[in-house]
Amino acid sequence: MKTNEHDRTLVDRRLFLRLSGAAGAGLAAGELLGRWPLAGAAGVAAAGGTKIVAVACNHNCGGRCHLKAHIKDGVITRISTDDSPDTAGRPQLRACLKGRAMRSRLRNPARLRYPMKRVGERGEAKFQRISWDEAIDSIAANLKRMVERHGPASVYIQYATGDCGLISGHAAAQRLMNLMGGYLARYNSYSSACLSYTAPFVTGYRDTSSYQTLEHSKLIILNGFNPAETIFETNSNYYLARAKEAGARVVAIDPRLTETAATFADEWLPLKPTTDAALFVAMAHVLITENLCNREFLDTYCIGFDEEHMPAGVPAGQSYESYVLGRSDGVAKTPEWAAEITGIEAHAIRNLAREYGTLHPAQLLQGLGPQRHAHGEESVRAGIALASMTGNLGVAGGGWGGGEGGRRIEIPIGGLPTGDNPVKAKIPVFLWTDAIVRGTEMTAADGVQNGPLASNIKFIFNLAGNTLVNQHADINRTVRILRDEALVECIVVSDHFLTPSARFADILLPADNSLERSDIGVPWSGERYIVFGNKVVEPPYECRHDYWWLSRVAERLGIGEAFTEGRTEEQWLEQLVREARRKDPGFPSYDELRERGFYRKDPEEYVAFEKEIRDPAGHPFPTPSGKVEIFSKTLYEMNQPGIPGVPHYIPAWEGPAGELAGRYPLQCIGPHYKRRTHSTWDEDPWMEEADPQQMWISPSDAAARSIAHGDRVKVFNDRGALLTRARVTKRIRPGVVAIPQGAWYTPGKDGVCRRGCINVLTSQKATPLAHGNAQHTILVEVKKV
Amino acid sequence: MAAARAQIGFFVDATRCINCKTCEIACKDFHDAAVGRRIRKVRSFEGGEFPAVFAYNVSMSCNHCAEPACVQGCPAGAYSKRFEDGIVVHDPEKCIGCRYCTWLCPYGAPQYDAREGRVRKCNLCLGEAEPVCVAACPMRAIEVGPLAEIAARPGATIALRDLPSPALTRPSIRYRVRKEAHS
Repeated sequence: MKTNEHDRTLVDRRLFLRLSGAAGAGLAAGELLGRWPLAGAAGVAAAGGTKIVAVACNHNCGGRCHLKAHIKDGVITRISTDDSPDTAGRPQLRACLKGRAMRSRLRNPARLRYPMKRVGERGEAKFQRISWDEAIDSIAANLKRMVERHGPASVYIQYATGDCGLISGHAAAQRLMNLMGGYLARYNSYSSACLSYTAPFVTGYRDTSSYQTLEHSKLIILNGFNPAETIFETNSNYYLARAKEAGARVVAIDPRLTETAATFADEWLPLKPTTDAALFVAMAHVLITENLCNREFLDTYCIGFDEEHMPAGVPAGQSYESYVLGRSDGVAKTPEWAAEITGIEAHAIRNLAREYGTLHPAQLLQGLGPQRHAHGEESVRAGIALASMTGNLGVAGGGWGGGEGGRRIEIPIGGLPTGDNPVKAKIPVFLWTDAIVRGTEMTAADGVQNGPLASNIKFIFNLAGNTLVNQHADINRTVRILRDEALVECIVVSDHFLTPSARFADILLPADNSLERSDIGVPWSGERYIVFGNKVVEPPYECRHDYWWLSRVAERLGIGEAFTEGRTEEQWLEQLVREARRKDPGFPSYDELRERGFYRKDPEEYVAFEKEIRDPAGHPFPTPSGKVEIFSKTLYEMNQPGIPGVPHYIPAWEGPAGELAGRYPLQCIGPHYKRRTHSTWDEDPWMEEADPQQMWISPSDAAARSIAHGDRVKVFNDRGALLTRARVTKRIRPGVVAIPQGAWYTPGKDGVCRRGCINVLTSQKATPLAHGNAQHTILVEVKKV
Repeated sequence: MAAARAQIGFFVDATRCINCKTCEIACKDFHDAAVGRRIRKVRSFEGGEFPAVFAYNVSMSCNHCAEPACVQGCPAGAYSKRFEDGIVVHDPEKCIGCRYCTWLCPYGAPQYDAREGRVRKCNLCLGEAEPVCVAACPMRAIEVGPLAEIAARPGATIALRDLPSPALTRPSIRYRVRKEAHS
């Protein structure tokens, strides 16, 4: 990467100033703690005319991060982060390594520069530069043709999370389409389909306690929960450290000794992927047989735990207790039963259950990885059952089980209004490739809501996203479908780089970066703050905001005024802030927000389901019974395989014990990697230096294949193959390999991915209830190349 | 070499460090360091046998040693150790790019860049309000202060099983780290 020469000169000069300016500063030892002592010299550097402006990192992490750009002579010379007072009650919101690398991302020479149109086969990435006018004309004409010929339901706005600002391209595209008769909508996410879909059947809705409550916990169980790499909240790791220092015992259930587990766990239980529910069911067995259940809690708040508390009209033997003890199927789900399945020794399961039953309160923190599996629904449900059996629901320091995620943010700011979608049909997001091939034939059995679909997908907007190719499962199937121009007739992509998805564009548009536009970020975690990112540099070349060109598409279609309401993207932001101020008097003015860079309420201890537990009569759970439905009559009556009335362990279709394991003996999971947010940042050389793309493999699995640390290896199954480097480490369970998700699909002529994109190996088979992605449920073989 | 009047040192709390590498990238951004030049770096170590495996991380730049090999070995006089606080300062203006220091330092602190033809290393962000790594760490796991105070903290240790013996250069750094990592 070429460093800007101007940049370099500035840095040299600053360094010189620091060396000379600081030379005389000597301070007594007693003054040194807390603040660094040589601050006097900082005035020298500041006198050089550096301006510090609030910007934001607005990618798809649980937190959104506040950054500061140091600007001199129009050049960003440095990035820093929150420097407000750092106190125990209100810890600073410190950005992670990605936010700190914003300058590297910004000056990457691979940046897309001009609008382009495809001139080769789709996916070949042969493009020709065109003008913005031509691009906008072409998009408008294609859209018009598609809506006339196939109806608005033929237009799909792809799941995309690269730009999480309030005035994002996909919100603007939704607004445009709603003015044109609508578009094919979707539900679920790639992050938490099983959790989001299943939790409402059990507790009525999904919620999470704030991480401050960890400091009350006597026991914390990290079940696939690795916030060191998946930033759930800007400070989630910091709160975990404080909880540990306050004396909590920490146990990690994970195939890997993750960064989080390595630092905080007192004990590591390296289970086989896909078997979390078996472990939980066996823990339930110990709690029942050793009389460690909180029966009073179960009797008061839950339904379906035992035979005495079942809904009317259900035959005997369907309670959770009956399943766990084996009354219904003759199989007692003992720790010995689970040891066979999970690979965790029975005594360790028994110990953990006893600890969970006696150390109160205890948090069962379930990350989202365990639910991105075949039957991911069941680990969610079994987790909630455990938390209920120990009375850990609605208690500060307890945890609901059931998966981590967002809680409701109380800062009342909305996004760009998208309007109402006249098309009522929705698909589960994971089935969008099916909606291209057989959309009109899909039914409720495929998870289609308000069906049938009026059309197959014919037009795709893919704005700031890489799900079109990279992040969807089974890339080889996906690209076969996308290459067929008789299926999808037009694909419009906007992005910063030529991503694997951008290669499949018909019209490819260069987007502005978050430092080249103003926008607001709202953390999905629910942490009580929002960030404002100022535009600090002009977009380079012909890069433009998605709203800008979508406004012009709307003009061409004769709905320009309705689309913009006379507002630029910045004026929309001002409008959103005005509306927020009406609802929240503490909300700063637009100018104040711009200057400060964030609006933050003091962090608070928020306990999920606190009101339902405190006042069950006044606040019943919003389920049919008003209780936590450990047995769900709704699910039971679906009478479908894979959808039991109470949580079950159901062996995965591509699990460790299946038939396929003979040919492909290694389970392969795709963890998040701290150097990327999904596939964002894969292109960044600073990130690759810090954390290169590599596959974790245990020393025994490596030795059996003559693989040494750092060797290039091929990973393959029936769906595809990739090349990557082996990281031989004792930190992963033998029999399991881990390829961090998000690397950019880069096929050679043989179709083998050179970069190590796991989705050439993953499957499009959806989970039974949620129709969610089971992208971690795969079997592979590895060989040295 | 004369002892510093009040040596300053790093306190690195590995019981908090999650290997997030924010310090490393913040430092890189501050120095505008090209790829290949890692003025601060987080190293990760592992030990034990499955499943009783442990791992820990050490964030490190220059340790501003009491007996700095770089100062002693630099033929260009680019290195100096300040008497008042013991900070080992490298002046890139004097550096001739011979790279002796990169071979002498047991910690890999001096980082050579072929395009620039010079070494750079951590000068403890002299002139900044506080070192960038300290302000950046999301875990508040890096601190600087008087070494005498830091060394007296509960659990502070200097010798780790995976790092060079501190007897070589007497580094001005102390760690808090799980006991398995002690040497």
